[in-house]
Amino acid sequence: MNGLNGGLSPVPGEVALPSAPPSEKPGPEYGDRLHRITEVCLLAGKIILQNGGETQRVEDTMMRIAAAYGIERSHSFVMPTGIIFAIDSGSYTTRLVRMADRSTNLKKVSMVNHISRRIVRGELDAEEAGKLLQEIQDSPHEYPNTLKVLAATAASGCLLIMFGGVWQDCFPVGIIAGIGFTLYLLLSKYVQIRFFSEFVPSLVIGLLAILAVNYGLGRDLDKIIIGSVMPLVPGLHITNAVRDLMAGHLVSGLSKGAEAFLTAFAIGCGIAAALALQ
Amino acid sequence: MDLIYQLITSLIASAAFGFIFNSPAKLLPQCGFIGMLGWLVYYIGMQLGIDVVISSLAAAFLVSVISQLFSRLYKSPIIVFSVAGIIPLVPGGLAYDAMRNVVEDQYDTAVQLAVKAFMISGAIAIGLIFSEVVNRMIARKPVRKETENSNESL
Repeated sequence: MNGLNGGLSPVPGEVALPSAPPSEKPGPEYGDRLHRITEVCLLAGKIILQNGGETQRVEDTMMRIAAAYGIERSHSFVMPTGIIFAIDSGSYTTRLVRMADRSTNLKKVSMVNHISRRIVRGELDAEEAGKLLQEIQDSPHEYPNTLKVLAATAASGCLLIMFGGVWQDCFPVGIIAGIGFTLYLLLSKYVQIRFFSEFVPSLVIGLLAILAVNYGLGRDLDKIIIGSVMPLVPGLHITNAVRDLMAGHLVSGLSKGAEAFLTAFAIGCGIAAALALQ
Repeated sequence: MDLIYQLITSLIASAAFGFIFNSPAKLLPQCGFIGMLGWLVYYIGMQLGIDVVISSLAAAFLVSVISQLFSRLYKSPIIVFSVAGIIPLVPGGLAYDAMRNVVEDQYDTAVQLAVKAFMISGAIAIGLIFSEVVNRMIARKPVRKETENSNESL
């Protein structure tokens, strides 16, 4: 249980907050409080899930937050496309959140993790926590895209050397990977079809690599293509799929695995098409 | 000399992948470090002529163990570290070769390469799981008294 949450250690002694004990008689205020706690739990879960966290972490975070606010029995069902969260202590509340878009932003996951830790320590009440979470949700907390493209350029150049390429190819690989990744960022922003936004950049990468080799700018076509395409590889999805499957979240694990497979398939198709056109 | 180049490039590549995934800026050096260690194990394994599947398994295991340590040390989600470390190990080259053979109508070679790539992916997955098992066995001991709903979450 504790294994997956990375040091988010439970504090059994500090479950109830002093301000509003859970044994209070159910009244309108109590219902309000429950509602607010559910909101906080769902928001935390939603941010983690939307930004590339594992299913296990989502469930665990929501349960810990609920427990920290004195709700002993809560249930959650988390899938990549939605969360169902239910509280059944005193009064019953069940809420559903649908997840439309997903992206990768591990910084936000990290920040929510930090807040949930503070909640468990009893440092934040539901209102403050909700406000902080909303702030995280609303602000982008993202590196600028130009820097991301530069990172992709650097990563590809380095991977080329790691995969046994020659130093002369570093420059073309960097350029091609930069163009490919820029295209990927643009397409995933303006075209909402994932397959397309992964297929086209790989096709372009393949074609550019062939051009570069034909015009004597690059030496080893295979290594150039492999290096340039790596920033598109679904590493996070693969890792998450394995972790989810092992934690017993079969539905999430399989669907994330399918997502990773689709991405890999799109990249493969793009490269294959470029090679076939050669 | 070659080893030094490999270490430097793997450090930069892993940190850059951390950047692409929007990892917190102050954890990027750690991401790079983990990627470097994983690649070091893999590279040495390859130099010694050990099978690529075994090398990947060992590297993934090490990446995962150190990620667990770092996630405790820096109180951050483990995926921040493990993802950056795993990326260089992904058998992109083999998958590419398989794809290329498909395009060239060499299906028998393509299937061989694809199976090999699949074996390596499996080895990486098993490496991730192994360390999870170790980690859980360690984590179980001190905290057994959890609320019942945490058990239900599994």
